[in-house]
Amino acid sequence: MAVLTYREALNRAMTEEMEKDPNIFLMGEEVGHYEGAYKVSQGMLAKFGEKRVIDTPISENGFAGVGIGAAMVGLRPIIEFMTWNFSLVAIDQIINSAAKMNYMSAGQFPIPIVFRGAGGAGGRLAAQHSQSFESWYAHIPGLKVLAPYTPADAYGLLKTSIRDNNPTIFIESEVLYGSKGEVPEGEFSIPMGKADIKREGTQLTIVSWSRALMYVLPAAEKLAKEGISVEVLDLRSIRPLDEEAILTSVRKTNRALIVEEGWNVAGFGAQVAYLIQKDAFDYLDSPVERITQEDVPMPYAANLERSSLPSEEKIIQKVRSMIK
Amino acid sequence: MMSQPKTKKETQDLFELYRQMLLIRRFEEASAKAYSMGKIGGFCHLYIGQEAVGVGAISALEEKDYIVSTYRDHGHALARGLEPKSLMAELFGKRTGIVAGNGGSMHFFDKKKNFMGGHGIVGGHISLAAGIAYASKYREDQAVTLCFFGEGAANIGSFHEGMNLAAIWKLPLVMICENNHYAMGTPEYRALSVKDVSVRAAAYDIARDHIEGDEVRKVRDHVKVAVERARRGEGPTLMEISTYRFRGHSMSDPAKYRTKEELDKYKQGDPLIKAEKDLIGSGWAQEEISKLDETIAKQIEEAVDFAEKSEEPPLGWLYKHVYAENM
Repeated sequence: MAVLTYREALNRAMTEEMEKDPNIFLMGEEVGHYEGAYKVSQGMLAKFGEKRVIDTPISENGFAGVGIGAAMVGLRPIIEFMTWNFSLVAIDQIINSAAKMNYMSAGQFPIPIVFRGAGGAGGRLAAQHSQSFESWYAHIPGLKVLAPYTPADAYGLLKTSIRDNNPTIFIESEVLYGSKGEVPEGEFSIPMGKADIKREGTQLTIVSWSRALMYVLPAAEKLAKEGISVEVLDLRSIRPLDEEAILTSVRKTNRALIVEEGWNVAGFGAQVAYLIQKDAFDYLDSPVERITQEDVPMPYAANLERSSLPSEEKIIQKVRSMIK
Repeated sequence: MMSQPKTKKETQDLFELYRQMLLIRRFEEASAKAYSMGKIGGFCHLYIGQEAVGVGAISALEEKDYIVSTYRDHGHALARGLEPKSLMAELFGKRTGIVAGNGGSMHFFDKKKNFMGGHGIVGGHISLAAGIAYASKYREDQAVTLCFFGEGAANIGSFHEGMNLAAIWKLPLVMICENNHYAMGTPEYRALSVKDVSVRAAAYDIARDHIEGDEVRKVRDHVKVAVERARRGEGPTLMEISTYRFRGHSMSDPAKYRTKEELDKYKQGDPLIKAEKDLIGSGWAQEEISKLDETIAKQIEEAVDFAEKSEEPPLGWLYKHVYAENM
């Protein structure tokens, strides 16, 4: 098994798919000559040429729209947002055009497009460059939303996204690009809507995804040493959601904590909590809890940034209080 | 002013263009009536007065070319040859509608005719049109995309981004600003930094054109020049075609922001009356024109009847098409 970084896994997925299907192209700011702001498209311009790896000016609304228009007539664009923070100026195109086109046209115009790029909290990038938007996009029927944590998932889910005939919001974690993990040799894909049990346990389920697992997994490890057995579920896919995996785990452990990097109010964790109380209420031994980013724009100061995010310490304390 | 049609072919051409304009006029009149009877819901933006623009422009296209329209899409759809029956049924929200009752007035789509939709967000569709043109360039299929928008849309970011991308990539795109002088109730002089939207072409170093949109053959001839330029790979054109809507912005707008004198002045330039005069001047019998009107009246009556009698979509269709199926 090869060990790849998260960015290499993404690169491999795009490259393999583009080799197979000439309708696929990659478009975005700095994806070509600069080889990606986070070097995800390294080597791709040399391999596919300027026709299929296209640098754009800074105009997210414009090139998101170009991608959607091209998808209307059967091309399969991959649109990179340098960061998801910049997707906000394209949100009209994503929501009003991409997500609705198939519905409004009664199935005449499916939009097979992937919007991908870096998201989540970053290294002291402050309020405008350090945000998680999974909840925003997950709110919209017609979109699919993915947020992989491991390189293998990044590879397998990106392949599935590229092949899917619907608009997919593929949120990579800025902090994870350099992280390494085993990726099986040979081609494989991972279906959407399938959560992954990262760690089995019996006393409490932590539901999480993407970078937040960096805090969750070590916390679960430490709790195990205290004799508290935590099951960790990586959703990977926010929409569609693996409801069955969540319910099965909670019915087994009888407690649930949701850990996410997004904000608390109307965050996606609230949806998961609703699901658990609705379909696993009788199994619960304590209220469903959440740990999220604090309800503030991201501060710059290192200590404040740290304190605004979920952490091992916060998770450990919360779990202890729930088990008592 | 264009000269009257002289050759037999020219007069026959004009007759066909006139037929399309009349079809739109009668369709719209019937829509207004059905709307006031509560049979059509939502917004309903009529095209009455602007017929020469859509008909003239679309007649300059080939079958393989694409059309992207706005929320005021009835006229463009009919000019492209979409069936009045399925369009009326769509307005009535019936299962037999062009998009099975999912879209309504602002969202006509017909893949078979390369009619790439009526779009409800002002100006949002402009970069989509650039994307369709982008695909034509990518595939080298020689198709041209025609995008209509109003002067109100010329102030939105998507217009400028779409123009710039189309210009740097030399996309086969013809942008037609149907300037009807009012963005809902806001007159152009309160919203536009320039009187003529097409001068903004200079900012993108692309071709421009500006004409009055009351003579259908003139519109066709000018649009043809832009379409051929696009097909030759010489990039986009920004055109302004000046026109006027005789009704309010939508059915809910009594248009009190303009005077009766102004409306009367523009009604003198009604594109249908102009075309009719030209037809008669070129030897076409009044009788033939009246006969056409009768035929169209009957066609519209049938469309309304069809819409009326069609069933509503089954409730089981509610979730259909939220997601496309994977192959």
